[in-house]
Order: sequence, then structure tokens, then C-alpha cells
Amino acid sequence: MQKMILRSLVPVITAGLVLFTGCKPKGAQSAVSGDAAAKVYVAPGKYDEFYNFVSGGFSGQMSVYGLPSGRLFRVIPVFSVDPEKGYGFNEETKPMLNTSHGFVPWDDLHHIALSETDGIQDGRWVFGNANNTPRIARIDLKTFRTAEIMEIPNSAGNHSSPFITENSEYVVAGTRFSVPIGDNQDVPIDSYKQNFKGTVSFIGLDKTTGKMNLSFQILTPGVNFDLARAGKGKSHGWFFFSCYNSEKANTLLEVNASQKDKDFIMAVNWKKAEEYLKAGKGQKRSVKYAHNVYDENKHSATSEIMNEVTVLDPKDCPDMLYFMPCPKSPHGCDTDPTGEYIVGSGKLAAVIPVFSFTKIQAAIAAKDYDGTYDGIPVLKYASVLYGEVQKPGLGPLHTEFDDKGNAYTSFFVSSEIVKWNIKDLKVLDRVPTYYSVGHLCVPGGPTRKPWGKYVIAYNKITKDRYLPTGPELTQSAQLYSIDGDKMKLLLDFPTIGEPHYAEAIPAELITKNSQKIYKIEDNQNPFAAKGDNFARVERKGNEIHVYMTSIRSHFTPDNIEGVKMGDVVYFHVTNLEQDWDIPHGFAVKGANNAELLIMPGETQTLKWTPEKPGVYPMYCTDFCSALHQEMQGYIRVSAAGSNVPISFSTGKTVPDSLSATSNR
Amino acid sequence: MFQKSTTLLLISASLFFASCGEGVQKEPKPVDVQELTKNQNEEHGPIVKESDITVTNPLKSDWVTAGKATYELKCQSCHRLTGEKLVGPGWLGVTKRRTPVWILNMVTNTEMMLSNDAEAQKLLELCMVRMPQQNLKLDQAREVLEFMRNNDGEK
Repeated sequence: MQKMILRSLVPVITAGLVLFTGCKPKGAQSAVSGDAAAKVYVAPGKYDEFYNFVSGGFSGQMSVYGLPSGRLFRVIPVFSVDPEKGYGFNEETKPMLNTSHGFVPWDDLHHIALSETDGIQDGRWVFGNANNTPRIARIDLKTFRTAEIMEIPNSAGNHSSPFITENSEYVVAGTRFSVPIGDNQDVPIDSYKQNFKGTVSFIGLDKTTGKMNLSFQILTPGVNFDLARAGKGKSHGWFFFSCYNSEKANTLLEVNASQKDKDFIMAVNWKKAEEYLKAGKGQKRSVKYAHNVYDENKHSATSEIMNEVTVLDPKDCPDMLYFMPCPKSPHGCDTDPTGEYIVGSGKLAAVIPVFSFTKIQAAIAAKDYDGTYDGIPVLKYASVLYGEVQKPGLGPLHTEFDDKGNAYTSFFVSSEIVKWNIKDLKVLDRVPTYYSVGHLCVPGGPTRKPWGKYVIAYNKITKDRYLPTGPELTQSAQLYSIDGDKMKLLLDFPTIGEPHYAEAIPAELITKNSQKIYKIEDNQNPFAAKGDNFARVERKGNEIHVYMTSIRSHFTPDNIEGVKMGDVVYFHVTNLEQDWDIPHGFAVKGANNAELLIMPGETQTLKWTPEKPGVYPMYCTDFCSALHQEMQGYIRVSAAGSNVPISFSTGKTVPDSLSATSNR
Repeated sequence: MFQKSTTLLLISASLFFASCGEGVQKEPKPVDVQELTKNQNEEHGPIVKESDITVTNPLKSDWVTAGKATYELKCQSCHRLTGEKLVGPGWLGVTKRRTPVWILNMVTNTEMMLSNDAEAQKLLELCMVRMPQQNLKLDQAREVLEFMRNNDGEK
């Protein structure tokens, strides 16, 4: 082993020596500069400077990394089940994954939005979107747990989501797929142009709790919404959504949705929409969507099916929506820290158009239109354009901003990040990415106050960058320093799922609120056993409820008898510990279920249906003390007609004469 | 072994890289993120001093009641009220064996006691399970002490 490693390292180091001797990196392989290792080295026991919240893509989860080290701290289960944490398996969290389609165990999490106050990240919540079965999740950053999930009705492919306004008034959700909306959805697919509509939804957030409420939806022409950004500063009150397929194609979009020279960025005056809503212009539509909330005192979730949504139709609401032409299938749509500039990125374009909010307002005032699209005014491109970045690269996708008036745009086709100045639109620097970069992240990059320092590239292809692991390779991110004039590659680090968007935030904004335990006194789970006096086993018809406590290192009770075939057993396990980082696990042999992983002060429930009579061991799965291996017990299952009474105990030793008797 | 040799290689590599100057570039003073550790508010109480505690008779019956409730929630899993050792020692006679200040520190500053106090360390060797920090406030711990005295027959 050692030999092999040495053998493989030596040539690398030697190559390093050769390359770095000259101090003049040339070509792709020499892109790392000499002090890169020192810049990303976080010594053992030391903390990283930033948290990096990264979408887990088709894993359905959100991952948390440290920067600059690229170390993975946590995978937060959001839209997919996670047997390791019991998420979606224990009785308490199953309702989180309920939808109008029933229980959905998987989704595709694309984008991240950190909550903001006055346009600055405040470290309270992070939002993620489910792309497949449209939903938005709110994660509480005190506990790093999914606190709430709201399904979005009248939507399909919730891609243009969950972007946030500067005071966390709303997160939004725009449909990627337009779909038939209304009572009759069984229509011919080729009736797209008549029957298919898009929507953008505004989900209001409670100022103190963050609780979501589907405030209103806006009905739109049947285009495909892609990405979005809120206005900020002077443009606060507006939202910008990029969209493609203004051709309204319903087949072979690769060709048919790329016919027109320009698609659109849709500008939404959401303050105006609020006025229309107040004036009663909204129509109540009958829909079905799930709203799931995790109660952190009861340690359990509830799912409520909602039946109505308020829809604003632009026909009844003039001056609420405008389209701005944007070249070649726009993808990214990013507002700069001042809120004056909106950067559109056409996936197939050779320029980056930058729109001016001041000019947009002037064009609207002067009715400087280039006709209408489905009745919605189209602003003249030349009238709203601040300027174009010329020859930036091939296939611009996303733009982030630093604290010095610069923008960073990712180029998928030419695999590079390009730094340019927002004011004079001049390209300042470019660095290669390995390979095919998608999203970018600058700490605080989408806010009024970028923290700068780094840009991270989230790449679509890694090819030869890591040791091969069969046909599927790791996903990857790359960290670049942006302190100086030139961007410098510092680090590659692997990521889970496919990383789409990510945000980074200074560590202190999170750590100061981080919760260590659940106070046992505040535990309101109806199945909690708050102390051994409450540890018991109860029969209710064919349900057996085991109220169990765990503490280093035993369960109470740990010997249970009286379960019969046909019974369903619920283990309600309360962790009585009140010390940080002391979870207990719980598993029972043969359960067609996951484990429980119970945090200090918490109660979680595992459902188990025994499949045959016998004695089943159960144990603690999370190493808790020197006597962790002793943290175990037995549960006996008897035949359906047996007369074994319910009994339970811990630490009760029976006389040898009695224990020798079998078949009691 | 693997780790050691890798580390050596990396160190020598980084030494080399470090010597490869890239021109003078003033680095902004890095934020001392280690300060963050100090913001982490572990809910351990301050060290209890002899002068912080008054022990009086007769016992305060409301403290005994409250102490019993805390015992049942946070202590009973490991400590019996008899002399029987379960995970930790039984509590019978504990107020005769230990001073009030020792008991209160053991309850509210468990980690400190396990690291510094010879008697606590003896108990750890005996029980082989580190007593969990159960997040009791000082006044709660004082109530538990009153309950212990009651358990030991004080009036």
C-alpha cells in the first residue's frame, strides 16, 4: 500500500518541482500557483472561514462544506430519504416527503438561497428547490435540519427557484415546463400553444419564523422559466426571470426552442402585484398541494393538503409584467450588488448583455415597446440595454459579483471563468475550469454585500481530475482566489450529487446561533419518555408502543416480551442525554426500515412489523461510550395465539433456577 | 506509515513551493476564525465555590420536590436511590461521603471534574463511563442536592 502511494506521489511531486522551478505556469496542468496549498490549508482542529451550502443535485440533498479547505461537514437530507439519519423512515419525518402525489422519496435539488436582511446574508435559513415534483424547502440553520417543505401547484420542473428578495419577503418558484392548467388537463400535447401556461409563484416568508405561505401566483405565457434574481437596492420590488422557448415548442426543444434570435427576461413588478392582490384582482383557483412543517418541540412533522391558490392574470393586471429581449436562450439572470445592472446569459450567445434598471424604468414610462408577446409589453432591447460584454467566451451561464465592482461569469462551452468590470464591460481576466463549469459562487455574491475573496466553480465534468471510480466519476468544485487582479486556482474538491448553485457565508454568522442539544424539558413529542419512570410498553389493539429511553450506555427497557405475530411495534426512543454531540442510534434485526439516530433530548419512532416468532436483538448504532458495545437488548416475538404477557425490564436479573426453565 | 510519508512529502513539497516567490503581494490580514470557538456557548456553569452554597435545616420541601423531578428526568437512568451501583454509584449516603461543593461541581461542571478531581477520576475508573454533562443550571443542581439530603434521611 505504502509503496504504491509513494510510487504514485513521487512523480507528481517531481512534476511539481519541474513545473514550479520556473515560477511561470504555462498551460492547463500548471494552473496552480506556488502558495495554493498554504492558502487552503486549515490546520487540524482549526475552523474554516466560510460555510459553503451546495446543492446536491440529483441526490436531492444539500451539502455543507468549509472554505477554503473544501472539507465536507454535513449532508442535510431535504428531498430524498436518508436511512443514515432515519429521514423519511422514522414516523416523525415521513410527513416531510408527502406531496399531492403521496409520499415521494426522491427529488433533484438545484438552487440555494440564504435568507437576507437589508440585502445582507443573515444566516437564519437556507432554501432549496425540488425540480421534479415542484417544492421549496426551508432549512433552519440553528439545527441544520429541514424545517418546512411547500409544494408548488400549477407548476412542473421547479427550476427557476428558490431565489429570494433582499429582506426575505419572498422566495419564488417559476415553472420550467409550461403545463395545462385548470380542471381539464387531459389535452393533446400538440395543443401546447392553446392550452399550456407557465406560472411564477411568490412564497411569502414570516419575518420571525420564516414560515412559508403561498401568497400568489402569476399566470404567464407558455414559456420555460429558467433562473431568476430579485432586484435589490434601487430595483427592490422587482424580480427578473430568464425564460426560453418563446417559440412555444413542445418537441425537440434542442432545435425548436432555439429558432428565435432572442428570448426574454421577464421583469415582474411584485410591489404592483401586491397592490392588485389587495385590490382583489386575484382569482382563487382550486388546486392541491402539500405543506409540511417540522415542529422542533414535538420533534415531528405534519403534512397538510392545501386546496386553493390566488392567481393573478396579467390581463387583469397591467404594468405588472414586461418582457426584455435577451439573446439566445438566456439561462443566468443576475442582478449586481447595486441593483442597477441585470446580467443576462444566453446559453448560445457570443455576448453578455447587461441591462440597466434606470433605462428599464425610463422605457416603461415612455412606453418604448417593441410590440407585445401574448399581450405583455416587450421593451425595446436597445432602450433597456446598458451594454454588451464583447467576446467574453462561449456559452455564458451564470454571473456572481465581488465587492470591488467586478463580475464573474461561467462559460460552459469554453470551460472558463471570465472576470469583467461591470462599469466599463471590459474583460479583465480568464481562468480555465476542469471541466465545463456550470454555476459559480462568490461568498455573498448574489447579495448587496459580497464578501469576495474566492470564486468557486461547480463543474459538470471531472474526467481525468480524480482517481477513476468506474464509469461514474465524482462531481467536483474548484476554488479560486480573487483577492488579486488575477484569479488563481487553489483547490479541487469532490462534491455529492451534481452541484448546481451554492452560496457561501462567513462562519460566524452561522456558528453564533448553532444549537447543541434539544432541551429535554422542552420535548413535547407525545411519545416521549421523559425519565425512566415513563419507560414502558403498552398494547393498543395490535399496536405495541415501546416508550424507551437511552443514555450512556443502556436502553430502558432492554428486555421486552409479549409481542405477538400480527402486532405492529412502534419503538419511541427518547435520548435523555443533554450533552453536545452525543446522539444514540437504534436498530432492530430484520426491520424493513432504517435506523433511528436520536439527538440529545429528542424522541424518534421506528415502526417494525415482525415477520416471524423469535427473539430479536436491538442495539445502539452510534458509538456513545466505552460501553457502547454493551448498549443492546432483546425483544421477544411469540406466535399469534400465545399467552405470553406484556413485560419489560432493564437490569432485572432472574434466579438461575428460573432462567433455566424454558418455554415460560 | 502511509500518513507519515505523505505528510513528509507534502511538507517538503510545500517548502519548495513557498520558496518559489511570485512577486510581492500584500495579503489582507486574515480573520481570526479561531475566535469563533469562544462564541460557542457550552452550557457548563462557572466553577462552584464553597461560598456559593448555603446548606440549612430544615430542608426546603419545594426544592426537594423539584430536585426529585430533575432526578427522574436526568439522573435516574444511571443512579439508584439505594447504595446499588448501576451505571454510576447509588446515591444513598452520597451527602455523607461528598461535600456539597463537590456534588454541585460534579453535576454542573462534569468535564472539569473528570479532568481535574482525583475523587471523580477514581469513580470514572470504577464505572468506566464518563458521567454525561446533563445541562443542569446551578439552582437545579442545588435542588437535586436538597433531594439527595432528603434521600439520606436529613430533615
